[in-house]
Amino acid sequence: MTNMNQTVARETADQDTPVVAVEASKPAHGSVEEGKTVGKPFSDKAKFKLRDVEVFYGENRAIKNISLDIARNEVIAFIGPSGCGKSTFLRCLNRMNDSIDSCRVTGSLMLDDIDIYDPKRDVVELRARVGMVFQKPNPFPKSIYENVAYGPRIHGLANRKADLDEIVENSLRKAGLWDEVKDRLDATATGMSGGQQQRLCIARAIAVSPEVVLMDEPCSALDPIATAKVEELIAELSESYTIVIVTHSMQQAARVSHRTAYFHLGNLVEVNETSKVFTSPEHELTESYITGRFG
Amino acid sequence: MTDQHSQAELVRQSLKARYRKERRFRAYGIIAIAIALAALVTLFADIIGKGYTGFQKTTVTLNVDLDGEIMYLDDATDKRQLKMADFVEPLVLALMKEIPDATEADRDAIKDLINPYASVTLREALEANPGWLGTTRTMTFLTHTDVDVYVKHAGDEGYSIKLNDQQKAWVDELESRGIVDTSFNDVFFSGGDSRDPSKAGILGAVVGSLLTMFVTLALSFPIGVAAAIYLEEFAPQNKFTDFIEVNINNLAAVPSIIFGLLGLAVFINLFGMPRSVPVVGGLVLTLMTLPTIIISSRAAIKSVPPSIREAAEGMGASKMQVVLHHVLPLAMPGMLTGSIIGMAQALGETAPLLLIGMVAFIVDVPNGFFDSATVLPVQVFLWAGSPELAFIERASAAIMVLLAFLISMNALAIWLRKRLERRW
Repeated sequence: MTNMNQTVARETADQDTPVVAVEASKPAHGSVEEGKTVGKPFSDKAKFKLRDVEVFYGENRAIKNISLDIARNEVIAFIGPSGCGKSTFLRCLNRMNDSIDSCRVTGSLMLDDIDIYDPKRDVVELRARVGMVFQKPNPFPKSIYENVAYGPRIHGLANRKADLDEIVENSLRKAGLWDEVKDRLDATATGMSGGQQQRLCIARAIAVSPEVVLMDEPCSALDPIATAKVEELIAELSESYTIVIVTHSMQQAARVSHRTAYFHLGNLVEVNETSKVFTSPEHELTESYITGRFG
Repeated sequence: MTDQHSQAELVRQSLKARYRKERRFRAYGIIAIAIALAALVTLFADIIGKGYTGFQKTTVTLNVDLDGEIMYLDDATDKRQLKMADFVEPLVLALMKEIPDATEADRDAIKDLINPYASVTLREALEANPGWLGTTRTMTFLTHTDVDVYVKHAGDEGYSIKLNDQQKAWVDELESRGIVDTSFNDVFFSGGDSRDPSKAGILGAVVGSLLTMFVTLALSFPIGVAAAIYLEEFAPQNKFTDFIEVNINNLAAVPSIIFGLLGLAVFINLFGMPRSVPVVGGLVLTLMTLPTIIISSRAAIKSVPPSIREAAEGMGASKMQVVLHHVLPLAMPGMLTGSIIGMAQALGETAPLLLIGMVAFIVDVPNGFFDSATVLPVQVFLWAGSPELAFIERASAAIMVLLAFLISMNALAIWLRKRLERRW
């Protein structure tokens, strides 16, 4: 598993080499300057182009001037101590922060060539392209089939029952769940185990064929075996989707991601190939965090 | 070592005190429940003890000689003749035959044993079967209310028996021969109100209550749920919505009679709607139940876990779809429970209906939403205030019917909640 990922990571890194290093010198004593990110935050194969992003909760500035590119078909992991803004930043990518009244996002956030925060843009279209998996498995209290079929149904992706059946089967297969549930598609989803529920949520997210899947600590409520299954799944999905994953587990970030971004108090401190971040971090704060000096 | 020993000793002593406290606390709880249960048992025992006789009627079975000569009737199909004919005489004669020692002088005393409405029953029977004229029929009639009271409550201090000793002797004798008998009181369930307790029934009040409840439910449930959804899901959080929320909470605590005054002023005086009709009653009770339904519906919507909402939003569901597909189905059991409890409150409500005229004496069973009607609790109020003691047992019986309705509504609420409740 890990080996394969690292290979992929290296390949990606090789292809993406024209990555601009913003700051080469290693800053001293773990201080962080706003808007300065060490490592390689930019890519020429960007799926997301995020520039000068700031997020405010009322008066409180939760994200401070972050610029980052997320490349096509890469798995990027956001790590950092609690409250560093990594989930907030993730939620900007499909405007999940919209439902929080006091939340305000500034800067330029582009998905391919569309402006995510264009006030005229309907979030429905955006969220059909950018799917999301949450921290706690949250299947709808309906049948397994209905859970997966919900997205295609509301977006009008399948007009006939047969098409819908096919989408449901394919999604469940991709999520590695088909063999476990094919005989009980009508059973209620809340009766499944936590790991199965989370994989069902992933199947539900990919049923609408999104281009990007955002995962907000998808394994934090799962046991190690279920976690391993979900990680395996992420590796498989990375062939066809861009995946952004927030995680508290550095081992997980190391296992599944190509690039890793380290957040600290609302700043994006360092972005680099995962292997580099975990072996020779450029920034002192990153080093302190991954060696467990705080977190 | 010794230190540890003494500490263990201290803990043991404190434990004793703690157990004592716990026992005392539990005892308080048990006492409280015992008091509540005792009150409930007393209430039910009193109502049932007083009221069960309301479910019985006293009848007299007579061999009536339908003689045209006596009744001044020679054609039972002639409406005019039927109206003029004497249907009391054959009943009196038939009863006199059953009391061999009665003389002509006792005629009035004997007539007083028969219910004033018995002659109407006889006329209706003859109208339906004109061929009976000239034959002798065995028929059962209601006795006079005084006989009813005597048969049910002889020896009861609370009731004054209006029969004289001779009448009592006759009734005793007839009862021993099975001619005067008590049976299940179908009249109580099939008739409207009446001045005569033996003839009084609750069907009019039950139908009035059902019509009123129908109007209330049809208006308050959709309006209440829609208001709750708007306030909870769509309304912006500002001073104005805060103001609305405070007012809804206040309205829930407004005495119901105020809503009656409002209904009188607005629906009847301003809009010119008729008095005493279920539509106006339903409108007034809608105003009264709305706050209850809105508050419980909002609580039900609030209790839908945000994770479900997030999941739906993350799938690209619009606000409408999130509400219709996910929030509403999950909140529905809570909304239904709140609505049924609101309905149960409305069903038992008397004060506001007094003000809009549903307290009138109405004999007919209402046929529609614009017919004059009364409702169960008002019927209880009317009978309980009646000077005739025979109405007291009717009032108690009506209370039992009302309680049966309320208990079944609450049972329905529990059943619905259990049935629709989904875990997440």
